[in-house]
Formats: sequence, structure tokens, C-alpha cells
Amino acid sequence: MTTATTSDSAAVERHDTDEILRLEGIHKSFGAVRVLQGIDMVLHRGEVLGLVGDNGAGKSTLVKILTGFQRADQGRIFLEGEQVRFSSVDDARAHGIETVYQDLALIPQLSIFHNLFLNRELTVGGRLGLLNNKRMRELARQYLTDMGVDIPTIEAPAQSLSGGQRQAIAVARASRREDTKILLLDEPLAAMGAREAALIIDLIKDLSRNRGVSIIVVDHNYTHLFEFCDRVTVIQQGVMTLDQRTADTSLDELMDYMVSQFRQQVATGRAERGH
Amino acid sequence: MFVVAVILFVYFGATSPQFLTEFNIVTLVDFIAPVAVISFGEVMLLTLGEMDLSAGTIFIFMPFVTQALFSAGVPLLVAILITLVVGALIGVVNGLIVVVFGLPSFITTLGTLFALDGIMLVVTNANEATMPTTGTTVEKIFGLGRWSEILWALAMLIVMYLILHRSRMGLHITATGGNRTGAAEAGIPVKRVIVWAFVMSGVLATLVGIIDATRVGTIDPGDPGTTEMFYAMAAAVIGGTATTGGRGTQIGAVIGATVFGILYVGFTLKGINANAFVLILGIAILVAMAVNVQLSRVTQRRGGSKGRRSK
Repeated sequence: MTTATTSDSAAVERHDTDEILRLEGIHKSFGAVRVLQGIDMVLHRGEVLGLVGDNGAGKSTLVKILTGFQRADQGRIFLEGEQVRFSSVDDARAHGIETVYQDLALIPQLSIFHNLFLNRELTVGGRLGLLNNKRMRELARQYLTDMGVDIPTIEAPAQSLSGGQRQAIAVARASRREDTKILLLDEPLAAMGAREAALIIDLIKDLSRNRGVSIIVVDHNYTHLFEFCDRVTVIQQGVMTLDQRTADTSLDELMDYMVSQFRQQVATGRAERGH
Repeated sequence: MFVVAVILFVYFGATSPQFLTEFNIVTLVDFIAPVAVISFGEVMLLTLGEMDLSAGTIFIFMPFVTQALFSAGVPLLVAILITLVVGALIGVVNGLIVVVFGLPSFITTLGTLFALDGIMLVVTNANEATMPTTGTTVEKIFGLGRWSEILWALAMLIVMYLILHRSRMGLHITATGGNRTGAAEAGIPVKRVIVWAFVMSGVLATLVGIIDATRVGTIDPGDPGTTEMFYAMAAAVIGGTATTGGRGTQIGAVIGATVFGILYVGFTLKGINANAFVLILGIAILVAMAVNVQLSRVTQRRGGSKGRRSK
């Protein structure tokens, strides 16, 4: 049903704006398994970058390094031109990098507004004070309206929402702060119907265009990626094998590339792989 | 559950003349208070998806610490404060074993239950002891005053309610119990939250242990405190706290403990065999759990506007 369109050329125009994130030679091993073998990557301000790769190619590890969940063995990360080193998730977040994980970090039993403010709750009377639920409700309602996320009531627990609504809340939470610079989305459209997917795609486009947030999307579905990404990057066996603007390529071309790569791998055998 | 408590209260009040006397109400309250206060700690832990089987043993054991310190010449108030610290440290040990070694809290606290019981028996040589009597207001505050125990229980109810439902810590406890991975990814220090909950459980059991022991006067190491612990756990569960984590209510636990108290005291007054009380307790737990499971299914399907509250 969905046809690949690269008609979002308006988005591509921003391609030459300043870079916000640069990775140089990122390596990461788990024991004898070399998951990442020298990743170089650049992300521009307000750009939506699609990260593609087979299972175990190293995408998730790369994402975890960017979010401070894991540390690279080797390599450098530059944020707005300055070298950074993330010691924890909180540290990466303090640098303006937010993540929405595949397993959805929402708490099923907590209300939508508590989820939106999770671990950044507003209180009366200091950190140990009481929760300022009234203020959090107001801000949550306001914020979701601004984002165009239509939720009947912010009092409902997250478990009562549909998958798409939950994802929207998770994305909204990650981008809530003014100083969110980079948003990492891990399979944001997984297991989602067409209408719900459209909601999330709109949200992503709005964030990148109107708020200048740079977004990295990890996804298996190439069709989706062509709908909202400015650029697509392919990672295979821990190495970046393709990096192209969606305007310069097409879904068919990418699919052909991936299939030929796969055939090659099968032909050369798993033992010989690696670059 | 609240309705059940009211019906039982009215029933016993109407059918046995002694039920509504001040003496009897005090007896009732003395039964309810320790169970309720220990259950506040269990509610915190159950909300996290954890439990503390050693809380009853802490409740029985800690007064011996106060007594020993006092006998060694430490002023009573200081002895009580030191005992509270010891109770907190037992909580730290429980919590650290759970988060560092990744042992289930059921196993961890089963271990500390026996270990504490063993230490208590060895140290006391299985001899009873008498709680300190100084004739000062310290004792009045910590148990000897007629309403002391219930006032402490009420104060603890308010404090623990505010912590669980109105503070960041409480929200983090609910979040950790509801979705541990999600909570960790949001940056909540889940391990620290778990250790804190065990500390709260240890302190609550210690506090109410000292108060209850002071009221009674003698302390007996022959009882490992499992009865109090199981009553507390049952009160929490019957009151609507989910054993699977993510939902907890201390008010529910107080109502649960009150139902037990009314049944216990009411049965005694009516001359019903106390053994029947245990049977009713067992049935009540099963019914409450069955209703609980059904309720959470319904709320999940319907969008659960009653989210964190119980019936």
C-alpha cells in the first residue's frame, strides 16, 4: 500500500546546516565479539537519519553508546564540535541526547502525565518535597496539545493507551525539554497500524522541521525510513557500508543494495566476513 | 474491603455489648497497629515487586537491642535511636543482597529471617527480658501511653502515604515495580530505590517493635515474628496491593489489618474458637486475591481510570 516518496525535498534543503554530532572510529567489543569496528558518522542539525542493518549488525550497540548506556572501547564523539564522553544515561541526557527505546520506557501503571515527567518530576519544596501534580498536569496537557498528540485524558494509566499513543507519549517525553538536541528512536513504528504510524511520522517531521531536533531512527522497515528520513546509513558487521541522502537514492536501489550485500555475505560465508 | 470492615464492626458492635467499650477498642487498636505499620513497609516492597519476610523477626528482635543498650547504661532515648539505626542497617543488608547478588527477595529475606532469629536466640540464650522502665515521658511516647501505639501508626500511615503517593521516591518505587527496565532507562536509580524500600521496611518494623514491646513490658525471643509478618503481608494484599508490583496502597493495608483485628477481637468476645480466625484469614486472602486479579483485568481493558487505587 505505501509507496516510497522522496518528495519531501524541503527537508533535504537543510542538509548543509552545521553538524551537531560527529563520531570517529567507534569500536566496541563484547568479549571476543567485535560488534563495532570503526564507525564514522555525522549528524546535522534538524536532520532525520535512518540507521539500517541486520540483527546483530551493531545498530543497537551504537545507539546505546550514544545514549551513555554503554561506553565505546575506542573512538571519539563530538557534540557541536566539542569532544564529549558520556558517563551515564543522565550524563548523555544532560548533553541534550534523548532516547525512545523499542521496549518503551513508559510505566504501564502510572498516569500519562507522571510518565511524561518520569525522573524529572516537579515538586513543591525541593527534591525531597511533594509532587506538584497540578503543575505537571497543566504542563503535560499544554505540551501534548502543542505537539498535536490527541489523548482523551492525561490521568489514564499508560497501559490503557494504544501502541501508537504510547509511542507518541514516549516521543513527546523524550523531546519535552527545550534543550533536547538529538533524539534517538529505536524502531518507532514497530507493530503499528497505518494510522498510528502516520501519527508518529508527523511527530518526527514536526520535531525536526519546527523545533530543529536532530533525529536518528533505527528501523528494519526501509519503506518507513524513506517516508521521513533525510539520509540513510547502513551498518553491516560493525562497519558502515552505505551512507546516502534519501533524495539521491530510492527505496528500490537501497533494497537492491541490501539484497546484493546479503547474497555476497552468504557466498563468502560467515567465517570470512568483515572488512 | 472498607465495606466489609464497616459491616463487621457494626455486626460485632450490635451483637456483643463489650465490643464498643474503650478497653476493647484499645485492645483492637493494639492488635491492628503493629500489623498495619509492618504492612506499610511490605506495601512499599510489594509495589516494587519485592517482599520482606524478615520484617516480623526485626519487629521481635530489635527491642532486645534497646533493652541491652539500656542495661549497658545508654539513656533510653539514645538506645531507641541506635536501635532504629540497627533496623535500618538490617534493611540495607537485605537490599544490598537483593540488588548486588540479584537474589530474589523471597530467598534473601527468608535467609535473614532465620539468621536474625538465630542471632536473637543465641544472644538472649532464649531468655525473656523486661523492657526498660524509667518512668519518663520517653516511655509514654514510645508505647506506654494508652493511645501511643495508634498515634504512631497513624503518623506512619500519613508519612508512608505521602512517600508512596506524593513524593518522587514513591513515584520511582511504583515505576520500578511497574517496569524496571523502563524506569532504569528513564534514569531512575532502581537499585538505590530498592535498597531504600528495604531500609524503610526495617525501620518501620523496628519502630513498631520497640513501641509494642514497651507497651507489653516483656519481650520473648521464642517467637520468630512470622505471625506478624504474615498478617502484615496478608493485610497489604487484601487491601489491594499487587504482588506483581506497580500498585500499592497503605490505606488498603490499614483496612485489611482492621478487618483482621475486628475478626480476631470479635471472635474472642463471642467465644468462637480462635482457630476459626485463621481459617477465615486464609479464605479472605484467597478471595481478595481472586477479586484483585479480576479487577486489574477489568481496569486494564477499560482504560483503568482507577489505576492505582483499590476498592
